[in-house]
Amino acid sequence: MTESRAREPVLTLTGLNKAFGALKVTDGVNLSVAPGELHALIGPNGAGKTTLVHQISGMLRPDAGSIHFRGTDITALTPEKRARAGLARTFQITSTIASLSVLENVALSVQARARHPLALFRNAADDDNLNRPAWAAIESVGLSERAHVLAGSLSHGEKRALEIAMALTLEPAAILLDEPLAGVGREEGERLIGLLRSLKGRYAMLLVEHDMEAVFALADTVTVLVYGRVIASGDPATVRADPAVREAYLGEEG
Amino acid sequence: MSALPVPADAALPAAPPRRRPVIVLVLFLLLALLPVAVSVGLPAHWLTLTTRALIFAIAALSLDLILGVGGLVSFGHAAFIGIGAYVTGIMITEGRGEALLILPAILLLCAIFAAITGAVSLRTRGVAFIMITLAFGQMAFFLTQALSGYGGDDGLTLYERSTVAGYDLFGSRTRLYYAVLVALAGCYILVRTLVASRFGRVLRAARENATRVTVTGYDVGRIRLIAYVISGMIAGLSGFFLANQTEFVSPAFVSWQRSGELIFMVVLGGVGSLHGAIIGALVFLFAEDVLSGWTEHWKVIFGPLIVLFVLFTRGGLVGLLGKLGVARRD
Repeated sequence: MTESRAREPVLTLTGLNKAFGALKVTDGVNLSVAPGELHALIGPNGAGKTTLVHQISGMLRPDAGSIHFRGTDITALTPEKRARAGLARTFQITSTIASLSVLENVALSVQARARHPLALFRNAADDDNLNRPAWAAIESVGLSERAHVLAGSLSHGEKRALEIAMALTLEPAAILLDEPLAGVGREEGERLIGLLRSLKGRYAMLLVEHDMEAVFALADTVTVLVYGRVIASGDPATVRADPAVREAYLGEEG
Repeated sequence: MSALPVPADAALPAAPPRRRPVIVLVLFLLLALLPVAVSVGLPAHWLTLTTRALIFAIAALSLDLILGVGGLVSFGHAAFIGIGAYVTGIMITEGRGEALLILPAILLLCAIFAAITGAVSLRTRGVAFIMITLAFGQMAFFLTQALSGYGGDDGLTLYERSTVAGYDLFGSRTRLYYAVLVALAGCYILVRTLVASRFGRVLRAARENATRVTVTGYDVGRIRLIAYVISGMIAGLSGFFLANQTEFVSPAFVSWQRSGELIFMVVLGGVGSLHGAIIGALVFLFAEDVLSGWTEHWKVIFGPLIVLFVLFTRGGLVGLLGKLGVARRD
């Protein structure tokens, strides 16, 4: 990556709009994530955070506006093409393959970037070309002990870590994290925060999160979304001091 | 991008030992010995019936690839048996009975039919998918009825069987039986290999969580279409043997009841286990034979049996055997 490109944002949303009937869930959203930046997206329930993540990952089409990723317009691309272009995501409700082992889940992800992702005849389970990078990712998220356990029998926090391992093996340029701490206990939550911190600076990340403590500890930039609209954006200290934010969001959280 | 550290040569932690499909080996061994058993006293009728069951087992196995492994309930699978049977029947009638000509024609036609109908039906899921595949199946059914030059409604009687490279391989009951058994074993190994491959892993994963597979960068629709085409081609092979065994081809081969029976064979044996489809086909045809020997109203007995079976066994016969400790699923 050249110096001039490195300074350009990895992900840029321009004038994004989305309505369900009369309800505007995304209202003129502009947002950008620079390389290595951890950009947190916060807002009260129903602010349209997940809808926005769905639009970025391609699961929903915006009504207007554009999404640029690594310098190209991806607004019309299918989710699988965005993933192949290097845009990975996790889900608010964890999304793994329950009947496959942790190792196989991650290998499925490794395989997507391999030379013959759909080879018809070679056995996949014994393929060290897939298993080696998968093990490395599993170790990096601290799931080595659980590698042969079925994803369906993992704890909630472990599933979150698995999703992150699956995202990492896609060799992403950006990762969208939709409430990775939601529903996770204190101890596992702290482990996940440690994991996110270890990823900081290495990937551009857009983090949707309710846990304010985590957000203000981790984020480089915080954007506040209320009723589909960006009401504030900037470094954590500025956003925290913004009166509109205090009134709309932080105030009611106490 | 920031690459993860990948140890080049370090040995990976050992995977837990995989279970061997003992039951499959036992099953094929028993099937291979059947002609011997018949020669020393088992009813000769069993050989004919088992041949027929194994022919349907090929079709049921192919259906299990998309239904059990891919999670797509196709209700039009008999269309592929019909294509296989009619291509065989028509080519034999036209004096082109050589299997080396017939088989490529069947595989090609089934692939084309599957690619076209799959491209349309795979845009839908669930009940809509069932209905669209049923509709395509019925189209094939009415098409065979319209083949007035080749028997139309009444069907087409064949006066000889296919040759294989000029050799009369299907001339005796035993040789036909072994030919079918070898074809079934080949199809089983093929499908088993596909399921264990990278392709199969994605297909299995997409059955469970298509969204996850999509955001991982796979085109789920394309993967399902590939499975659908392969499945259709294998089912066409079953039609080839069916026409050769019965020396008759008729629209009944393509009826929606036949598609329903195939689904039941798969469910009976155990969805997604592959060898379950073979066991399901065997049990289905033998049960049909025994019950229809008792009474002409055998379907009145068979229907409730099917209902009870589905209600009380999860995982089909293979699952049942597994609970008894006989079978170990790999």
